Amino acid sequence: MDRISRSRINDLVIKIATVNGTGSASANAFLMQAIFRMGIPVSGKNVFPSNIQGLPTWYEIRANKDGHVGRSARVDLMVAMNPKTYSRDIKEVLPGGAVLYDSSWPLAKELMREDVEFFGVPLSQMCIANFRGSRQQILMKNVSYVGVLAALLDINPDILCTIFEEKFGAKPKLVELNNTSVKLGHDFALENFQCPLQSHFEIMDGNKDSVIMTGNMAAGLGCVYAGATVGAWYPITPSTSLMDAFRSFCEKLRKDPETKKNRFCVIQAEDELAAIGIVLGASWMGARSFTPTSGPGISLMGEFIGLAYYAEIPAVLFDIQRTGPSTGMPTRTQQGDILTTAYASHGDTKHIALFPADPGECFHFAVTAFDLAERFQTPVFVVSDLDVGMNDWVCDSLEWDDNFVPDRGKVLSAEDLEDLDEFYRYLDVDGDGITYRSLPGVHPKGSYFTRGSGHDKYGRYTEDGALYEEVVDRIREKVDSAATHVPKAEIIEKEGAQLGVVTIGGCRGAVLEAVEELSNDGFPVDYLRVRGFPFGPEVEEFLLSHEHNIVVEQNRDAQLMKLLTLETNIDKKRLESILDNRGSPLSAGIVVSGVKDLVDLFLTTTNRN
Amino acid sequence: MAQTGKPSVRHPSLKVNKLGLTQRDYEGSMSTLCAGCGHDSITASLVQAFFELEIEPHKVAKLSGIGCSSKTPAYFLKEAHGFNSVHGRMPSIATGANAANRGMTYIGVSGDGDSLSIGLGQLCHAIRRNVDMLYIIENNGVYGLTKGQFSASADVGTKAKKGEENRMGPIDPVALALSLGASFVGKGFSGDKQQLVPLIKAGLSHKGFALLDVISPCVTFNDHQGSTKSYQYTRDHVQEVVETDFVPVLHEITAEQASGDVTSVAMHDGSVVKFRPVAEGYDPTDRDGAYSHIATRQAAGEVATGLLYIEKGSQDVHSFENTVEESLVDLDFEELCPGNQILQELQKQWR
Repeated sequence: MDRISRSRINDLVIKIATVNGTGSASANAFLMQAIFRMGIPVSGKNVFPSNIQGLPTWYEIRANKDGHVGRSARVDLMVAMNPKTYSRDIKEVLPGGAVLYDSSWPLAKELMREDVEFFGVPLSQMCIANFRGSRQQILMKNVSYVGVLAALLDINPDILCTIFEEKFGAKPKLVELNNTSVKLGHDFALENFQCPLQSHFEIMDGNKDSVIMTGNMAAGLGCVYAGATVGAWYPITPSTSLMDAFRSFCEKLRKDPETKKNRFCVIQAEDELAAIGIVLGASWMGARSFTPTSGPGISLMGEFIGLAYYAEIPAVLFDIQRTGPSTGMPTRTQQGDILTTAYASHGDTKHIALFPADPGECFHFAVTAFDLAERFQTPVFVVSDLDVGMNDWVCDSLEWDDNFVPDRGKVLSAEDLEDLDEFYRYLDVDGDGITYRSLPGVHPKGSYFTRGSGHDKYGRYTEDGALYEEVVDRIREKVDSAATHVPKAEIIEKEGAQLGVVTIGGCRGAVLEAVEELSNDGFPVDYLRVRGFPFGPEVEEFLLSHEHNIVVEQNRDAQLMKLLTLETNIDKKRLESILDNRGSPLSAGIVVSGVKDLVDLFLTTTNRN
Repeated sequence: MAQTGKPSVRHPSLKVNKLGLTQRDYEGSMSTLCAGCGHDSITASLVQAFFELEIEPHKVAKLSGIGCSSKTPAYFLKEAHGFNSVHGRMPSIATGANAANRGMTYIGVSGDGDSLSIGLGQLCHAIRRNVDMLYIIENNGVYGLTKGQFSASADVGTKAKKGEENRMGPIDPVALALSLGASFVGKGFSGDKQQLVPLIKAGLSHKGFALLDVISPCVTFNDHQGSTKSYQYTRDHVQEVVETDFVPVLHEITAEQASGDVTSVAMHDGSVVKFRPVAEGYDPTDRDGAYSHIATRQAAGEVATGLLYIEKGSQDVHSFENTVEESLVDLDFEELCPGNQILQELQKQWR
């Protein structure tokens, strides 16, 4: 009997509940990759504890033929491998769904549900019988449930076999081991269950030009392509994998072919204060330099960020947001640093920020960030989050334009300096708020004193209020002028739409799915996703052209909405919020119901008027 | 004010170095520190050392944090690039700058407040990485700009101007550096230029982190009776343990200098540091011996000065990181960006 609801083909949410530190992550990645190779749009989201071994962890795979791969709150098939969470895991399954569990031990009667199909497979017993050593038995149990799923969902084991060969090609024993494990599970399922289930996968052509990436991996690669040479960081979840990626790409791509020495330098700093200091020192010398961190790191970097802003030193900071305040939930996602990054540091400051929605944008925005940092001689934040940074996303494969020339901004060469009578670092020669920069060691005429203390437009120390003000006013204009250089907002308009829906970052997938669903339900809405700060004129135009705008974001205090009220002329009364703040990636359902509720509210208000 | 210029009149008999520069060319703007401040004497020693080493001023990066000491980079090498950063964080700026451009000469000037309290962590890690720079602590035992609070280098029993006695033990930068594995540790006194200039030159030529702790009395807040960082107290208690001479590249060691109990250590650039122990049996290449000798002297209330420790064959952060010989800032974009073909190749594994 197969009761996975409504016979879904290529439209399934599989949730895998395991214990962290048991090696399930690789098995889950194999499964996702196999689905991807069947041409089905898919995403993989890791829900993990701040812990090394022994605590519950989940992996959510959503495959959807229409390309909606944002998180879905529904679970069609639960792979329950952690007895400690059986109770909540089994409860979560949609009526008509299925549970796969390890039947080496009996499942308590009170856990059984009438409206869910149970598939018991003695995975532990099978692995103990077939593999030697407890480590191998535990690891292979994970691959065995992938084998069971392959049979239940009609994934050809050959696809998995190819993946193993590619991954472990140099170690044939590992390939064999993994194949054996898949076969164990696969054979058992074929013998004992009616396979495949009515809801299963079929090969399609949805991923032709796509790749599976995480945002951090893509951002690290973007730094390589942008020509960054110095990276400094202090380990912090969920940003760590960005620097790991940069380093490993550099190890492959950035060695001097003859000497095998590094054309890059990655420094693991003693803390985030030092990490940003190292970045500023390197940028001051003229290197493209960056630091990846998360909210707590941004807080610590505050003082130096102000120095960089005021002394006009380029810097690129990746903020992979996690739930705050304080340590918060370090392995859960949030968009809680929007206001912090916009105005980081004491005194009057305002910073350029880019908000990528997926790994593709992480790659390209990383490159853009270095260009903007050098053009505007100021810190630039790439504000990503745990969901974008660490989860597995299917996105368009990356392209690089070999004619790309980096924008190094107004940097004077030795010849330029030789021809000058006098060089003044902060003198606005061109009237665009951006002054000329000299790099140390290039020419004696280029020397000046970089300082965070009061200085006039000639770069001289000052405590004269008027001279101080002249410089900070110019810096304000300079940063504001970046509004037309940051990536433009993404706008999708629907016919007959009266309502505007505004969002940011990784909410994109869920919001677009919701926009589709709303449109199908007779609620057309216009959509805008902010991609940069300071906001471009298109953001204000969009807001003003809608009587009501709903801002969807993942934090408690509606930070994007507040920033929009501060930085555009929109009347606060015309903005409403849908807030999701529980640490999971956004799902479309929250947006759909939120919008419908608000529409009701708007109608009531209008009628009352 | 710091930008106050000095008259550019030159005396025709001023000595000229091989770059055609006089000592005046190594000066900076007029000091705004108190008259008699030890820091100004250190600045004068720096000017002389750079002039004699014949270093192009614009190939020098001079960095500092916050405090009286940190103002001083404005007072020497006006043609060098300066970076007056934030309190206690200069080591990280220097670390990044050096990572990006190893072709410059780096000098950091800090104070006891900047280095031993707010910046203690960064100092330790710059030592640990062995960042190639000369790091001077202008040590006066007090916070000057905020009006005379004790710093972490204040000795037990030293008295503040208003009579308050310090009871907590000091953090001694020399002992700290030696225990952290510093590759060059020296101690000087702002009032002894003859000793200080060779120490500065040796520190600048050293490959790696050269720490120079210089007692530099604060005439306004810490030069009174009862202070252990006053001119008088320091003069009375200084014990030079080793006499140091610095021989630049290609200069012959004269027979007279090379005589007797003089030891030479070759620097990576070909220059030579020579020293003659004043304290009997003192060996500045023996870390444990140096540590024990200094601790003994300190217990006796003395201040051991000179080139206290130097590591032969010191390896700096670029050796640890295996970076290319040329400066990273000199690499062309084409050498850094792998191009589209490689990008396409790379992505095959993610399908």
